[in-house]
Amino acid sequence: MATFGSLSTRLTETLAKLRTKGKLSAADVDGTVREIRRALLDADVALDVVKSFTAAVRERALGAEVSEALNPAQQVVKIVNDELIAILGGDSRRLELAKTPPTVIMLAGLQGAGKTTLAGKLAKHLRAQGHQPLLVASDLQRPNAVTQLQVVGSQAGVQVFAPESGNGIGDPVKVARDGVAEAKRRQYDIVIVDTAGRLGVDAEMMKQAANIRKAVQPDEVLFVIDAMIGQDAVATAKAFQEGVDFTGVVLTKLDGDARGGAALSIRGLTGKPILFASTGETLDDFEPFHPDRMASRILDLGDILTLIEQAQKAFDEEEAHRLAEAIATDGFTLEDFLKQMQQLRKAGNFKQMLGMLPGAKGMREAIDSFDEKELVRTEAIIQSMTPQERKQSKILNGSRRLRIAKGAGVTVTDVNQLIARFEQAAKMMKTVAKGGMPNMPGMGPMPPGMRAPKKGGKPQGKQLKRSGNPAKRTEQPAAPAQGSAFGKPKAEGAFGELSDTEQETLQRMLGNR
Amino acid sequence: MAAKWSLTGALRGMFQRETITEETWDDLETALITADFGPDITEQLIDALRADVDRLMVDDPKDLKRMLRERLEERFAEFDPTLSLKERPAVILVVGVNGVGKTTTIGKLARFLVRNGQSVVVGAADTFRAAAVEQLGTWAQRAGSAIVRPEREGQDPASVAFQTVEAAKAHGHAMCIIDTAGRLHTKGGLMDELGKIKRVIEKQSPIAEVLLVLDATTGQNGVNQAMAFIEHAGITGLVVTKLDGSAKGGFILAVQERTGIPIKLIGQGEGIDDLTGFTPHVFVEQLVG
Repeated sequence: MATFGSLSTRLTETLAKLRTKGKLSAADVDGTVREIRRALLDADVALDVVKSFTAAVRERALGAEVSEALNPAQQVVKIVNDELIAILGGDSRRLELAKTPPTVIMLAGLQGAGKTTLAGKLAKHLRAQGHQPLLVASDLQRPNAVTQLQVVGSQAGVQVFAPESGNGIGDPVKVARDGVAEAKRRQYDIVIVDTAGRLGVDAEMMKQAANIRKAVQPDEVLFVIDAMIGQDAVATAKAFQEGVDFTGVVLTKLDGDARGGAALSIRGLTGKPILFASTGETLDDFEPFHPDRMASRILDLGDILTLIEQAQKAFDEEEAHRLAEAIATDGFTLEDFLKQMQQLRKAGNFKQMLGMLPGAKGMREAIDSFDEKELVRTEAIIQSMTPQERKQSKILNGSRRLRIAKGAGVTVTDVNQLIARFEQAAKMMKTVAKGGMPNMPGMGPMPPGMRAPKKGGKPQGKQLKRSGNPAKRTEQPAAPAQGSAFGKPKAEGAFGELSDTEQETLQRMLGNR
Repeated sequence: MAAKWSLTGALRGMFQRETITEETWDDLETALITADFGPDITEQLIDALRADVDRLMVDDPKDLKRMLRERLEERFAEFDPTLSLKERPAVILVVGVNGVGKTTTIGKLARFLVRNGQSVVVGAADTFRAAAVEQLGTWAQRAGSAIVRPEREGQDPASVAFQTVEAAKAHGHAMCIIDTAGRLHTKGGLMDELGKIKRVIEKQSPIAEVLLVLDATTGQNGVNQAMAFIEHAGITGLVVTKLDGSAKGGFILAVQERTGIPIKLIGQGEGIDDLTGFTPHVFVEQLVG
């Protein structure tokens, strides 16, 4: 979408400005904080939450940790991200089931938030886990909400308790109470009570919801809220907290392009955990909530820092080193391509990783439509090649391609596409290896071979030597040869020019303690 | 029960002060942001008002409030909010994302038209969501309008739309309102379907209005929604629903200005008569007080 990702661009610009300076001045921090504030408001985060958030970021950014750091941009990104995840709730909580069944789950929220659909999704999800859920149709307000729940229930393969046909007739409190009794009698272990949508300002309807809560004594009251909601999330969440005192939150319609700032607002204001995210119209589009993913969605930071962290965990350094050498010496083969992909997969959600790569922002749509299965197919294709073919993609003629396609169970077009993609990647890698990566704040250390093939030395070494003027830098690529091959540079060698504290910071940042 | 948040309330504090101070501006900014005007429009408004205050040497917050009201009214009134329903039958296509209140809006609109002596037929082209057809059926009954239902489950919505217009012509209904399934504006395939529905209707009769329904609780994403629906369905008017809640729907100013599509109708409750035309003066009055 048009405006999607614009924050990332803006922030990258601001941070790029920061990068050119050695240390953070108060003015720099204020500039960045202003951008973040604006971005959060654009993401519909509640104003109060924005204020406390930016204040916290500002305070931390002005602290000693940043002014001493080598890469201020990196630090700011990290602070922002840390704070965001901290508010969103660290680890996500699971649904709490009652010790003695049935577990009663009540759904509440505004009109059109997606309660009825969610009831079906939740029922299906729980049924898949071996539970016996019963849906209770307590939305007697909206025309044919009961019918909708019945349809959804049959799609999910669960029973629906609907003694009243709805459309304004019948007592929802009684239906809810009877529903729970019915579940006890017929030994369902989970009861999901769907209630009518209501506005936070509608006193009468809120009272009704409170009465339902009182009548069924739910183990969980889930507040269902549309990810697209704006500043009104505050008033609504507060009203529902007072009205039904919800125990958890479900965020719906996350398959749209709303940044979902409401998640941050609701966490920040009520402290209630977000349990689930609903991401589409079919009953399977439902998943547990991940605070870290939400953090990167709200601010779309293109988590360069996280990329470094994750990549460091997953990439074994030796391989990275070898790969980098291969790229620089033009020996990037399909085998390397495959290894690289497998490593990325190890690093976690591939899509997420792609999204984190700096420069991948322009590819957002491509990323969104990226299918993880594609990876498996790619693997199959490459593995159907002979070692020689993998090393020299140029020998792949028509008949070889046909054989590979048959072996991998794909079409020749797929094979052609893969090779085209590979060649593009190889070309890109070469450019990158030759010219370095411009405008990538916080990219941090580059694998050694990328700049100076076969000279060994840890990236840190170069990173530091580089801090001088650029002309000089190009003249001395061979300098850091004194380190061991990689991994353990000698302090007096690579780090000789640094003070102890600076060295320590650097080591820590590179995960090289 | 939380007290109903209102811009009026938020502004009251600031306008009670005797002179305009930095705090007045801070309060104004808070009020505008909280009403979902978004950071851009808020900044514009404040800059413009600051310039005015300096130029006119105003220092009474009451004057500032009047100036704010005037500015907002002026900006809201820039477009013509009248529905154009001159064709016979006048075909109205109603679109929007999920859960904004399309079906309810159609029920209310049908009722409004019926009460004004028009004969109305509604078309249940939301063949996707469970029980959407039944929901529209209930509203049609309440409104006293005819309804065209799909002949079978999961029928192509475009064909239902076609049959509705056909029925309108055959039975001489003056108005023909077509419901569509809610769709997120990011779903390419579903958005293309709207184009098809439009094309199929236009084979029979020109479309008088394509109304995009927006939920007042929506935040800044409303602009994205409108942009996508304009591209795929050629929107001619906006309907803002759920204004009876605590949400102020300030984002619609941004939508109206960015897209040039006027706000035409406003929904303010679940009752069948809670639909009114858009009057900038009244709307701003409710917003600012």
